[in-house]
Amino acid sequence: MARKKRKVKSMSLARHWRLQDERYKLIGRECAACGKKLFPTRDICPHCGSRDLKPYRFAGRGEIYSYSTIYQPPAGYEGFVPYTVALIRLDEGPLITAQLTDVDREGVEIGQRVEMVTRRLREYGPEGLIVYGYKFRPVLKG
Amino acid sequence: MKPNREVGIIGYGAYIPRYRIRADEILRVWKSIDSIHLEEKSVPGLDEDTITMAIEAARNALKRAAIDPQEIGAVWVGSESKPYAVKPTATIVAEALGATPHTNAADWEFACKAGTEAMQAAIGFVGSGMAKYALAIGVDTAQGRPGDQLEYTASAGGAAFIIGPKEESLAYLEGSYSYVSDTPDFFRRPHQYYPQHGHRFTGEPAYFKHTYCAAQHLMEELGYTPRDYAMVVFHQPNSKFPRRVAQRLGFTEEQLKPGFLVEVIGNAYAGSSPLGFAAALDEAQPGDRILLVSFGSGAGSDALTFTATEQIVKNDDTLLRVRDYISRRREIDYGTYCRYRDNLNNH
Repeated sequence: MARKKRKVKSMSLARHWRLQDERYKLIGRECAACGKKLFPTRDICPHCGSRDLKPYRFAGRGEIYSYSTIYQPPAGYEGFVPYTVALIRLDEGPLITAQLTDVDREGVEIGQRVEMVTRRLREYGPEGLIVYGYKFRPVLKG
Repeated sequence: MKPNREVGIIGYGAYIPRYRIRADEILRVWKSIDSIHLEEKSVPGLDEDTITMAIEAARNALKRAAIDPQEIGAVWVGSESKPYAVKPTATIVAEALGATPHTNAADWEFACKAGTEAMQAAIGFVGSGMAKYALAIGVDTAQGRPGDQLEYTASAGGAAFIIGPKEESLAYLEGSYSYVSDTPDFFRRPHQYYPQHGHRFTGEPAYFKHTYCAAQHLMEELGYTPRDYAMVVFHQPNSKFPRRVAQRLGFTEEQLKPGFLVEVIGNAYAGSSPLGFAAALDEAQPGDRILLVSFGSGAGSDALTFTATEQIVKNDDTLLRVRDYISRRREIDYGTYCRYRDNLNNH
């Protein structure tokens, strides 16, 4: 893991804290007007324009729509290289981007069934915040 | 001892990481011991720690219990590898499960018996009527200094147990007994990454005395002998100690086998005996009585007796069992292990 000293700013503490529902529990929105499920959370339904959106917890399963392996990572992710990021079509409809985990590069396929797990996304150095959130791995069972 | 209101386990779940390093691979590098008594141990991935493992074990327990997480009155995590020195592991776990905010959350510590300690507290909490359900988790990413004997066994994993009323349980509590003393067999000072241990001193005055006495006193109190038990699970720091104490108490290899995991996953410290207990529950049939005996250095043992009910049998193929995690394995070499355990930065 990268051990650079990078202190977390108070603004990013609040930002990470605000995203906990999405990152820990895959909570997005369901449109009361058209019934579409949305992730990430939005204020207005992009399908019908309704503002009547309610929290919706996704089951956390889907399939790989496409993927790419990262060798030149953004700051904070150096320790995971090489890692695979995928577009995942959730069973409820939305397409989300997430890192894959517990996979080998050669074992990833389009159409593969995956499930959500909670893992370390990054840490702000040895003194800073550890950020947890969703990643996806091949379905273990069922 | 047991609470006035009868309680039991209404759901349980386990987690073991995917990666394994074989003991002979560690021996190849260090040549530091004469003989090996286990095959391999589990190793956490780069994005795993006590919190992520606790969350998955607890999610498995919740799925089996099929309850609303908002009904959980306490989330208690026992571990000696907290990702934060100050900031509870348990609040992050509780948040991820959806148990917050109307719940209690705390971290427990007693070396390798922190998990059963959390279970006992949960038994008391539910048994006193202070909560309908309480979640107790024993989990660790164990530390062992490179080249030390501990490196051959120190592994990762954990198990979670939801305690609730006896009438809803898949295994109910018959009684528990704790036995502790100030025995400095193994310890880690603040800001130190690796523990110190007393080599042979960790045996007779520490592990054997406490596990034997806790088990013996509990069986006497309940009026049972080893023959009354279907299975027995001890803390598993290596493959010799639990076998020896089982034999001294009068248990057979058959009783030990279902929860004996150290040879294939190593010693997950606070997750060790809880994982063994979860594996025993996976095999249990209604009426089976199980003895669980933890050991934590410093030192102490909790002994608990549970009996499986009709609800132990679940015909749900989507429930993950301990053996599912054991068979999910990716072998790594010592260099990869050093990277995953961040050993290049810790020296």
